[in-house]
Amino acid sequence: MQQLTFLSQRLLQAVFVTLAVTLFVAFAIRFTGDPAVMMTQESSNVTEADLAMIRESLGLNAPFHVQYLQFMGQLLTGELGNSFFRGPIKELIGSALPSTLLLAATSMVLSILISIPLGIVAAVKQGKWVDQLIRILSLTGLSFPNFWLAMMLVLIFSITFNVLPVSGFSGVASLVLPSATVAIVLTAVNVRLVRTAMLDVLSEQYIMVARAKGVKEFWVIYKHALRNSAIALITFFGLQFGNLIGGIVVVERVFNWPGMGSLALDAIAQRDYPLLQASVCILAMLIVIVNLVTDMAYSLIDPRIRVKS
Amino acid sequence: MTQQASSPEQKCRGETFQPKPILSVNDLQVQFGSTPVVDKVSFDLYRSRTLAIVGESGSGKSISSLAIMGLVKHLGAKVSHGSMQFESDLLGSVDLAQLPEEKHRIIRGREISMIFQEPMASLNPVFTIGDQLCETLMIHRGISKKQAQAEACQLLDLVRIPQSKRILGYYPHQLSGGQLQRVMIAMAISCKPKILIADEPTTALDVTIQAQILGLISDLQNELNSGIIFISHNMAVVSEVADDILVMRNSKEVERNSMEGLLAEPKASYTRNLLSAVPELGSMQGLEKPRYFAQYSEEQETLPERDLDKQVKYAEPLLEVDKLSVRYSVHDGFMGKISHYVHAAEQVSFAIYPGETLSIVGESGSGKSTVGRTIQQLAEPHSGEVRLDGENLFELPSNRKKLFSREIQYVFQDPYGALNPRKTIGASIIEPAWVHGLVRSKKQADERVAELLEMVGLKAEHARRYPKEFSGGQRQRICIARALACEPKLIIADEAVSALDVSVQAQVVNLFMHLQETQGIAYLFISHDMAIVERISHRVAVMYLGQIVEIGSRQQIFENPQHPYTQKLIASVPTIRNRKQNKSPEMSAEIPSVIRKIGDEPDVHEYVEVTKGHLVANHSPALTN
Repeated sequence: MQQLTFLSQRLLQAVFVTLAVTLFVAFAIRFTGDPAVMMTQESSNVTEADLAMIRESLGLNAPFHVQYLQFMGQLLTGELGNSFFRGPIKELIGSALPSTLLLAATSMVLSILISIPLGIVAAVKQGKWVDQLIRILSLTGLSFPNFWLAMMLVLIFSITFNVLPVSGFSGVASLVLPSATVAIVLTAVNVRLVRTAMLDVLSEQYIMVARAKGVKEFWVIYKHALRNSAIALITFFGLQFGNLIGGIVVVERVFNWPGMGSLALDAIAQRDYPLLQASVCILAMLIVIVNLVTDMAYSLIDPRIRVKS
Repeated sequence: MTQQASSPEQKCRGETFQPKPILSVNDLQVQFGSTPVVDKVSFDLYRSRTLAIVGESGSGKSISSLAIMGLVKHLGAKVSHGSMQFESDLLGSVDLAQLPEEKHRIIRGREISMIFQEPMASLNPVFTIGDQLCETLMIHRGISKKQAQAEACQLLDLVRIPQSKRILGYYPHQLSGGQLQRVMIAMAISCKPKILIADEPTTALDVTIQAQILGLISDLQNELNSGIIFISHNMAVVSEVADDILVMRNSKEVERNSMEGLLAEPKASYTRNLLSAVPELGSMQGLEKPRYFAQYSEEQETLPERDLDKQVKYAEPLLEVDKLSVRYSVHDGFMGKISHYVHAAEQVSFAIYPGETLSIVGESGSGKSTVGRTIQQLAEPHSGEVRLDGENLFELPSNRKKLFSREIQYVFQDPYGALNPRKTIGASIIEPAWVHGLVRSKKQADERVAELLEMVGLKAEHARRYPKEFSGGQRQRICIARALACEPKLIIADEAVSALDVSVQAQVVNLFMHLQETQGIAYLFISHDMAIVERISHRVAVMYLGQIVEIGSRQQIFENPQHPYTQKLIASVPTIRNRKQNKSPEMSAEIPSVIRKIGDEPDVHEYVEVTKGHLVANHSPALTN
């Protein structure tokens, strides 16, 4: 019952978040340029009448709220309408979303797999050289801008050694560099989060109690401590997802990865209002859903939330 | 060591041969970096006997026990010298100081096990009680999960937890502190250890629960013939359970003797000091006024015990609390409707007179702190009135309310949490005076701070320092100075001395009394500690489940308790004088819940006046047994 209440409250929140995000995007992009002008940039002798005709055909002459409501109506029915330039939005997103999800999931999993053991080692060896080294590496990772890191990786692995493709989307090999780029930056943050969360838990009395029971140190850390810090970590990782998407948008552009980021950036460049609105809206919903899942997940791990006392 | 400890041992047991100790600690030294935290400590532990290690915080008593467990390395310390010879059944005679971790782990939890201070923090919140109990059994006995579960069930029965089967599936947060400590004990005895180390096992528990736990430990000792190391700061508790005693101070041994020997003739001045600082319930019999603790510095008495020399005039009350009820709502369901109320305080009425100390005693959940917080406007009342000098607080406009909060000040339990670590103590102390416009210039403020610091026994030049430079006792003095900054008429002291070491506690209690004598301040002293309350109070109110069950003068309450709950409370307090005669109360029940469904109002007590000013709630005879 509590879970249901919680879920329905969060879903309601999600609706408001989506509304706010799309409204802002739809409103803001209309200040930045006229798609009719963009379309006709190349051709000479375009008259004001031509432009007006294009605007009329794109439906841009209607008042803002009419345009917005029309878009929302389409969103609700699942028919996302047409892009100004590239055909049905549904198909565009249908092909872009999976590749973005693939990249996001790979980077996230990669980052978690690396940062949890490293963070634990740093926490257990607190103050020792291993800890110092891990912290320095983490700080280094944090200081790289991701687009620069992407280009460096391309330079080393694709151009110098020629072992991985430079860009595009063709099989597993092309996934390596983009996901490594995103994962490195992400891991740099996550290692610190894991370290802090573990240090918090390791100073708890029940850890000493577990040792006093004769539990092996390995299990003290990986069973008693990790399970407790997981509660905090899941929240952290969930919140990280927003950053992750932000990073992915940039990295997709560098690697020419055909994902949601590329789609949205193209839409901005062309002032393709419907496509931009739709893609931002989808990304926002994605972040909201991940956070929702996160909240549900930690309420499953933490019995203090799960079981009603 | 041995001559000293074994001779009284032989005397009191009447044995002809010298029993072999199961654990013999010799010249033990433990260091953090180069600082010794346990310095040249020696003791012997015998089967079926209890050795108490007594000392104040920082004396090294807990570290000594962790050294035996081989766990000090996890605190960043190491055993740097000495030996700990343990007669193990599994490994033969071994020196725990030299034992490699792999072997130590076999003994740990099996032959030597430990109970910790905070039962709430001792169990892992994400695993069930059953999982945690079975873990020990499965590690050391190599039995299957199913067998372990059956055994865990028996263990819970052994520590007298009802409905043991169901409890196995519970998580720690679903149990009370007393129940959790029973679970911890079950875990510790699950492999029938030769040595049981109990580190302040009852300090965090209510006094009636404490009596039950102490009884349980001694029953189990009779059954298992374990040697027990009982670590405590509380002399009264120790005198109840211990056969031998080791007093520690500043990581060194002060005195080692049999319990009888030490009580009969404490050799070190520190021990005498410690004994005199222990508030002993019943020591105030026949005395009418509150009484200062005697104080010693090293050898001689610097301050003798004496009565608080000030008469209270019972004419016009300073503060009246009239039928005060405080309820917290519990929300439930989809719409967040209020479904239950926590009846934290129910129809509480009392009065405090100028210059008087009224104590509220009760166990956790009795609502004693709620009453204090509501008077200080930190909690919202549900109904009732609080009148200061005849004016009802809850009907005043906000500017008058501010004045009200000037005249009543609050001292909290935890002096570590009550001071802003980034402010100098001078700034913290004077802050309320700025807020209320009592000081108007920097110079005036500095003078006032100096005056206040001296008033509480600190130095004026301390004003520029930060809280971290002070000990717990000093911090509590600082908190008191801050409370005094507004020249209040009433100070609410909420468990204000509970977190302090006994000797410091005595000093702070003396300070409270001294301020009452010189400044005429009244106190609402909220405490769970019956012995301290007996020292400091003019009048006492006993609270149980949100209601006052008995109120009267200190003598009326302590010398002629009428309500069965008051009687039970007094009987549960261990005292040195009646040591080992104190029988544990039969009632093993937990304190019932004060959460009730909406509309399910609790019965409000009606009171009978036994003698003048001594009111007792009508009670059903069912509570008596």
